[in-house]
Amino acid sequence: MAANAYSPIKRKFAPWDDPSAKPFIRFENVTKRFGDFVAVDDLSLDVYEREFFSLLGPSGCGKTTLLRMLAGFEKPSEGRILLDGQDISGVPPHRRPVNMMFQSYALFPHMSVEGNIAFGLKQDKMPKADIEARVQEMLRLTKLEPFAKRKPHQLSGGQRQRVALARSLAKRPKVLLLDEPLGALDRKLREETQFELMDLQQDLGLTFVIVTHDQEEAMTVSDRIAVMDHGQLVQVASPAVIYEFPSTRYVADFIGDVNFLSGKVSAVSGDDIDIKDDSLACTIRAHADNPGAKAGDDVWLAIRPEKMRISLDQPADTATNCVAGEVWDIGYLGDVSVYHVKLENGNVVKSTVANQTRLVERPISWDDKVWLTWPRDAGVVLTA
Amino acid sequence: MGNPFKSKAFVVLVPYIWLFVFFLAPFLIVLKISLSMTAIAMPPYVPAFDLSAGIGGILSDLKELSLENYAFLFSDSLYIKSYLSSLQIALVSTALLLLIGYPVAYGMARAPKAWRPTLVMLVILPFWTSFLIRVYAWIGILSREGLLNTFLTWAGLIDTPLTILSTNIAVYIGIVYSYLPFMVLPLYAALEKMDESLLEAASDLGCPPLKTFWVVTFPLSLPGVIAGCFLVFIPAVGEFVIPDLLGGSETLMIGKTLWAEFFSNRDWPLASSVAVILLLILVIPIVFFQNAQQRSQERNG
Repeated sequence: MAANAYSPIKRKFAPWDDPSAKPFIRFENVTKRFGDFVAVDDLSLDVYEREFFSLLGPSGCGKTTLLRMLAGFEKPSEGRILLDGQDISGVPPHRRPVNMMFQSYALFPHMSVEGNIAFGLKQDKMPKADIEARVQEMLRLTKLEPFAKRKPHQLSGGQRQRVALARSLAKRPKVLLLDEPLGALDRKLREETQFELMDLQQDLGLTFVIVTHDQEEAMTVSDRIAVMDHGQLVQVASPAVIYEFPSTRYVADFIGDVNFLSGKVSAVSGDDIDIKDDSLACTIRAHADNPGAKAGDDVWLAIRPEKMRISLDQPADTATNCVAGEVWDIGYLGDVSVYHVKLENGNVVKSTVANQTRLVERPISWDDKVWLTWPRDAGVVLTA
Repeated sequence: MGNPFKSKAFVVLVPYIWLFVFFLAPFLIVLKISLSMTAIAMPPYVPAFDLSAGIGGILSDLKELSLENYAFLFSDSLYIKSYLSSLQIALVSTALLLLIGYPVAYGMARAPKAWRPTLVMLVILPFWTSFLIRVYAWIGILSREGLLNTFLTWAGLIDTPLTILSTNIAVYIGIVYSYLPFMVLPLYAALEKMDESLLEAASDLGCPPLKTFWVVTFPLSLPGVIAGCFLVFIPAVGEFVIPDLLGGSETLMIGKTLWAEFFSNRDWPLASSVAVILLLILVIPIVFFQNAQQRSQERNG
């Protein structure tokens, strides 16, 4: 995480930056193979107490396998998993102090909402009165009191999701694992629930590990995000660092929209790095926050569409950080408009403009010749 | 006028016509015969309704019908013993079938997905041979000089051959063997569609595997258990071929009694009343069960 050294982003909760902090969950060189397929490849990762940690990646990247190993449903082929300093690799799922909220919710169809929530507590031989009290508390917390006696098939998708959450939280696990917890909800409900999840996590002071393929969800809820690909971690950092300082093109592309301008490093001087490409008229000058790039290297400048200024007028300086092109397509999204600009070299670059005024006719239209400019520190130089 | 064969009413009527022609009408005939008296005639009972006698003739015939056969059934302990013995054999067989069929179905449902169709095929495979031949084959296995005794003697496990054939044990073996697919298939259907993540959820919440079976798997497979038990219990009560071929003289089953009344004694009316009572014995619990299920569905739905 080279970006962290430079990072201007400050967070209150950041035990991962504190060398004396003890990790709560630790994956040590964990590998998981299914036959010839390597689902998790020699992965090491620390998660801290009270952290809301996201595993993000496309399907098949190994994020669910990682979660299932933590729950105990899969055994690592190699390596160790430590929970609070103890090796839990050989502990069966029913003896682990972690609970999981399943993607399918996995509610017991023959039990009422109360019965589902009480299930885990009964396994602990908790006294009846305590079970009753805890169930009532969970019902209140998840606003399910009116549905206590119903069976899962009499509930809506959102209510079922709450039952699953209440059931997995009822035992006060040290760690709550959430496998695509909001995948089955519609967008509005999903957004509301994201904030409720964050509040619950804060209030109960638990460690949450969530698996998701929805980057917006990960950005919203997480303290840190681990972006995974092919069973390996590509980058582990806070949402803002992941977005503003992606470590590779894969991460930049996976989180949010991004433009890539490719070229060769022509000069590195102090803080600045100059990139030239034969197909571009201008020199790209960027902040050298990637110390690995040397003159002559093939690099990419990753720059977010909202950081590209679009203008109908030719800027004063066209020699640096300025490309010209024609408006190829316009996506009007209400809050913003996305302009797809076809450059002289044929590449299409996106620029997002916030629609701050109420105009039906925007000044920039199809086929207009436009100029795109960006400040020196707007993009990230990537070598991979 | 529209073509009645094209009308919607006809489509609705078809199942009712079917039920009437192939279920209700034969039942009414049997019921009527059961109320008649045996006679040396063709057909061997009176009154035989003769439409040529006119309405007056039929009315006078109706007056001759009586419940005498039913009274006789309850006065002779043979019939009551037959019913009770049939119920007992069917109950024990059903319990044995459940004990054997559940693990088989469970194993099939938990087998790798690619194997499952083959396993189902293997369960159905015996149906490709005639039922009668398969029961006959058991005579060859269970008789005193049969395969089983030969093997056990050869293995040194027994000195004198076991008498299995012509006992109730042979009847149990025959029923369990013949009816096993009817128990396994509904159980398999119920277990196979069960979401495996439920077992993971139970385990995740601290439930050890064996307990998970009793609190999650078994309750969820109950519809399959009930269907399987009914599918084997009902035909087992009236079973005739298996007790006749494998059972002995002391094997008392209502199917055998019925056969004897009908073919040996040519007492059609008494045989019919035996059949009607058998039907009642089986229908009443089914109706109760149906009612209970409907009520529980209404409660849940």
